[in-house]
Amino acid sequence: MPKKTIIPLRNPMPEQPPLERVHNFNEVTYGYSAEQAIAEARRCLECAKPGCKAGCPVNVDIRSFLERIEEGDFRSAIDIIKLTNALPAITGRVCPQEVQCEETCLLAKKYEPVAIGRLERFVADWEASEGLSNNPRQVKPSGKKVAVVGSGPAGLTVAADLARTGHQVTIFEALHASGGVLSYGIPEFRLPKSIVKREVDYVCSLGVEIKHDFIVGNTATVDELLETYDAVFLGTGAGLPWFLGIPGENLGGVYSSNEYLTRSNLMKAYRFPDYDTPIAIGRRVVTIGGGNTAMDAARTALRLGAEESIIVYRRSRAEMPARAEEIHHAEQEGVQFHLLTSPLRFFGENGRLTGLECLKNELGEPDASGRRRPVPIADSNFRIETDVAIIAIGQSPSPLISKTTRDLQTAKDGIVTVDKTSMKTSKKGVFAGGDVVTGGATVIMAMGQAKIAASAINEYLETGSW
Amino acid sequence: MYPIIRKRILSDIVKLFEVQAPLVACKAQPGQFVIVRIDETGERIPLTIADFDAQTGVITLIFQEVGKSTTQMGLLEVGDCFANIAGPLGRPTEIANFGTVVMVGGGVGIAPTFPITRSLKQAGNHVISIIGARNENLLFWQDRMERYSDEVIVCTDDGSAGRKALVTEPLKEILSSRNDVARVWAIGPAIMMRFATKTTQPFNVHTIVSLNTIMIDGTGMCGGCRVVLNQGAKFVCVDGPEFDAHQVDWENLLSRLSFYKAEEKVAMDHWNSHRCKLDPAISAAEKEAQELAKASSEGEPAGEAVIHA
Repeated sequence: MPKKTIIPLRNPMPEQPPLERVHNFNEVTYGYSAEQAIAEARRCLECAKPGCKAGCPVNVDIRSFLERIEEGDFRSAIDIIKLTNALPAITGRVCPQEVQCEETCLLAKKYEPVAIGRLERFVADWEASEGLSNNPRQVKPSGKKVAVVGSGPAGLTVAADLARTGHQVTIFEALHASGGVLSYGIPEFRLPKSIVKREVDYVCSLGVEIKHDFIVGNTATVDELLETYDAVFLGTGAGLPWFLGIPGENLGGVYSSNEYLTRSNLMKAYRFPDYDTPIAIGRRVVTIGGGNTAMDAARTALRLGAEESIIVYRRSRAEMPARAEEIHHAEQEGVQFHLLTSPLRFFGENGRLTGLECLKNELGEPDASGRRRPVPIADSNFRIETDVAIIAIGQSPSPLISKTTRDLQTAKDGIVTVDKTSMKTSKKGVFAGGDVVTGGATVIMAMGQAKIAASAINEYLETGSW
Repeated sequence: MYPIIRKRILSDIVKLFEVQAPLVACKAQPGQFVIVRIDETGERIPLTIADFDAQTGVITLIFQEVGKSTTQMGLLEVGDCFANIAGPLGRPTEIANFGTVVMVGGGVGIAPTFPITRSLKQAGNHVISIIGARNENLLFWQDRMERYSDEVIVCTDDGSAGRKALVTEPLKEILSSRNDVARVWAIGPAIMMRFATKTTQPFNVHTIVSLNTIMIDGTGMCGGCRVVLNQGAKFVCVDGPEFDAHQVDWENLLSRLSFYKAEEKVAMDHWNSHRCKLDPAISAAEKEAQELAKASSEGEPAGEAVIHA
């Protein structure tokens, strides 16, 4: 193997200037050109034991696809990715690469890691622009039928894997659009819906059918699905929003992040009144929380036309769970951060929000999550005048299915109990994966679990043993 | 797609649709609702199921035109389709033989009251129904309510039909004159339900209201529909839509319902200004299409025109 020279810095990602992009919903980053992609792929040191693959929850053969990019063979590169990842245009955009593949890149020890996520996105977009999607090979039908509940990242992944093995897969989706959190949660400027559609179309091209407006638990129960289907996979996500439980949070103008983002993303309220669903724009919008969802909401507020967008987070910047890039982009766009700040109560007039009283914190000892605990500072109360507030502090699985399914065990917060090596639930023939078993993690984690589930479902359908 | 197979104009502003939605029809129970979307740019609108038939796969929806979306919906005709109908949503009404029950249906709220009334009657209850509206034109389904009630009292605000009274007046009289009323259902505009709640409070009768708040997904995901009860906030979509009326914070409910008043007007004005521009063009196109269809049925070559039509 020829010894490679170290190129310390990664090729910068072309992106819309911050002051321009806060006025539109177009994607923030443009993506690499072919030349930039080849130059970036050349930075790979081609380690004998690549840490990147091990750091990837779906074990993409990263080194190999980077080599193909370097050779300019983009077709082979995307084919390698698609062996283990059915949604590369999405994961290339939304994965927290800095704590996965890129964290374990050898270059990251002293320099900037190879921009693996950007390269994954590049080849996925290249394939789409070529218009010639890899024709799925014909597989012999197995005669088995699988019901997948939810068309989010977990559901799409499990459906794709099972369809490739010849099973007949039907996805049941409660909403009118496919994609789950990819459609209702992640904003257009971070993940264009045309890309979600492209990836969903790819999964459907494998023979998967998606039934919309179908609420499992209501339209049919899991037990009823099992009368027709040989196995059921629950990929229903974490749909139940958490509230703060502080006074005033039911005032008009206080949203859950789910509602705020669903209005804007799924219902396209950012195009109101061409689209019917309204959203409160607000003058000064306060978002409570420090995860990706909070960043998405705070940045959406600016694009909708709010004059100011403020993040209130109870710990310090170091403890924020959001991707580094999202925090960086939010700062660039002018989102203000009130760190070490806890919300105390909302104030309103005539039923509408007018203000939020907060308290300053200092950091104490680490808590159960390993992050330093915020400790309130006495008499540090202050008030932020605000007319729209968004609560983005997390969510848990919706109880709709667990309440209507016999023998389905759940743990705290309605999390469905599974055996992590097979994603089997307590109920025979029923598997689960994604946020419904983790309570709110990442797209790629959901996909990783879906892959485990898919192979366990294959085995179950073959052997019939549970 | 969910085709409309029958349309009835109940009044200038109240319309009835029978829609083919087999999955909903075979699962629906009294008290449940659906979420409909007219088209790609439409909002998700919760509507209580006024009737359902598992055999034919048809559900009945009744709605009052109050804003842009419902007005647009009122213009749909037989053969047109809803882009989406999702359901049945919410918890069904608890049906049992309670003894004597009073059903209060106000305005368009008569529609969801009907299937509950029918089931309660079939369960053996003595059913007294009060239906009311602003005027005679806005009343409907008196015959249906009579079929499943032991007694029906009709009232209108202006006296154009039945008694000139608000529904709360006969309600109060019934509760004062008999002490065997086990439960009261009051379904209608929020303000009516609030006053019905006030009316039953002194009599300490278990009173149930069916709330129709603003919601998006209808599955417990957005929390936009939350209602404040004595013990805290609940979601109308999954915990309701029926709640113990005496626990509801009506002040909060009414203010949340009116939160998008300004936007509703914007949507209506925007749509009207579009319609003014579009309508002449549409009717011209329709006329042309009709003429061409007529011509082709008379044996002339169809060509592109029929495809266009």
